[in-house]
Amino acid sequence: MAREKYRFNTPAGRVFDVFNAVLLIAIGIVALVPFIYVLAGSFATEAELATRSFFLWPETFSLDAYEAIFTSPAFIRALITTIAVTAVGTLVQLMLTATMAYPLSKANLPGGRLILSLIVFTMVFGGGMIPTFLVVKDLGLLNNYWALILPMAINPFSLIIIKNFFQQLPAELEESAKIDGANELQTLWNIVLPLSKPVLATFALFYAVGIWNDFMSPLLYLNDNSMWTLQMFLRQVTVATDLSVVEQDPTQLPPAQGIKFAVIIVATLPIVLFYPFLQKHFAKGMLIGSVKG
Amino acid sequence: MAMLDTAVTATETLTVQKQSRRRRGVRVQFTQFKWLYLLLVPGIVYFLLFRYWPMYGAIIAFKDYVPFLGIADSPWVGFAHFEDFFASPDFPRLLGNTIILALLSLLIAFPLTIIVALLLNEMRVTILKRTTQTLIYVPHFLSWTVVASLTYLLFALDIGPLFQLVNGVLGTDINFLADPAWFRPIIVLQDIWKNTGWGTIIFLAALAGVDQAQYEAAIIDGAGRFQRVWHITIPSIMPTIIVMLVLQMGQILNTGFEQIYLMTNSLNRSVADVFDTYVYFMGITQGSYSYSTAVGLFKAVVGVVLIFGANWVAKRFNQVGIF
Repeated sequence: MAREKYRFNTPAGRVFDVFNAVLLIAIGIVALVPFIYVLAGSFATEAELATRSFFLWPETFSLDAYEAIFTSPAFIRALITTIAVTAVGTLVQLMLTATMAYPLSKANLPGGRLILSLIVFTMVFGGGMIPTFLVVKDLGLLNNYWALILPMAINPFSLIIIKNFFQQLPAELEESAKIDGANELQTLWNIVLPLSKPVLATFALFYAVGIWNDFMSPLLYLNDNSMWTLQMFLRQVTVATDLSVVEQDPTQLPPAQGIKFAVIIVATLPIVLFYPFLQKHFAKGMLIGSVKG
Repeated sequence: MAMLDTAVTATETLTVQKQSRRRRGVRVQFTQFKWLYLLLVPGIVYFLLFRYWPMYGAIIAFKDYVPFLGIADSPWVGFAHFEDFFASPDFPRLLGNTIILALLSLLIAFPLTIIVALLLNEMRVTILKRTTQTLIYVPHFLSWTVVASLTYLLFALDIGPLFQLVNGVLGTDINFLADPAWFRPIIVLQDIWKNTGWGTIIFLAALAGVDQAQYEAAIIDGAGRFQRVWHITIPSIMPTIIVMLVLQMGQILNTGFEQIYLMTNSLNRSVADVFDTYVYFMGITQGSYSYSTAVGLFKAVVGVVLIFGANWVAKRFNQVGIF
């Protein structure tokens, strides 16, 4: 088909093709350059950062910035906290979503449709920031890492897509499991979940990215800055130091320029590392069943 | 008499039988589905606790919430907080800031997403198309903290590369991060950089579904490249465009808390304050729970009205809606 179209290409069309290619490459570069700039800056010396305004490759290669952050107890603590909260949170969120999606994928479950419409309602309307904050407070979750996980434990959108995926699985497999004497729990664990690995992996990555990147929850629910996550730490060193109004942490790093670059890189690294796995699935994952509601 | 008695007893027996059958039916259903209901419990608890309890809690917008009295026992005040809010000078400013940011995103970022999707669709060198897609999706996965940090580094006073570049070219001395005039352009630029690529996914999916035979027919009729896009491609993806537009309308008052919060400082506050950040500042930092809940509720209700309104308008114009 592509070749077919090409045969009918006019000279003007060929000019457009060249123009289009150049434009798209430019767009791609614009998306990438800020990141390379930060990567280069994180490996540069303070002197180079002070004298050269823009570079994509450092003149002298230096690990000073990384040494500074990885010897800072505050940074290490934030990093470990973020990794732990992301790991636990992703597992909890995925389990809760999958176990709720499975019963709802059974069309004959009495009450299933009602529950589903109550879930869809929460996608249109919510209580808002303050009432949610008060719930977290009343549950005693302030200054507790569970506050970063539980309030977002099930994403209604993900739930519905996973539910639709379960529905598309061949019913014969589950029936044969049932004939073999398996109950619903065993069917879910032994048949349905293994078959859904690609979809579950996609949503695990989405959840993980969500928790890793979350800034609002720690801002709302953690007052104690010894509990800070990486995103809070990043704001403190890059954004807030310019304003000098935020309370100072005595363990905080001197605001050297290179440190800002290095912290951005560490905060982004897992995303970039997992991106290939994420990209493989997300377009398909987002579209599976999302049309059917 | 005896006959009547028998009849009554028979009816009674029948009723009892029917009841017990129904009861047994419920019991059978429950045993049949007990594992499924068991699996539902954690999820239902989640939705009750973190989605529906806050909805109930939102009634403090009509009360003077006193934490130690609790939601139920705090005194009612009716619409007093709403009246305060609508009468305050903050209201027109917040509404203006929020709507301007939403319109900028609607008029610039949204069409740009469609244009980039169309350009990608016209790209015939597959490897180049794939590479571009891979690159433009990435920023979507970076946090707003990272995006804000990048912005602060690039536009930093005196040393930021973009500070030097733009001021060098224009011969000016603008401090982009503090100048209120630059707040909106920077927000829109961030939004474009972060989300344009991601937004193309849905349009590319729609473009992939366009009937290829139409193009062949158009080529035979002598339609040029641009004519084909204009008369076939765009009308074909119109339903998707409308649906996305309806969804966007519902989001008008949602400016995105994290992005705005991170870019707000004492110098640009006049243009930066929007409903979301205002709720945070009034509620969390100042402790006016009821007042800020009223603001949040106003925002949520207008959002619901907007999304249903836009959907209704879309249907009126004989296009698909989302409901």
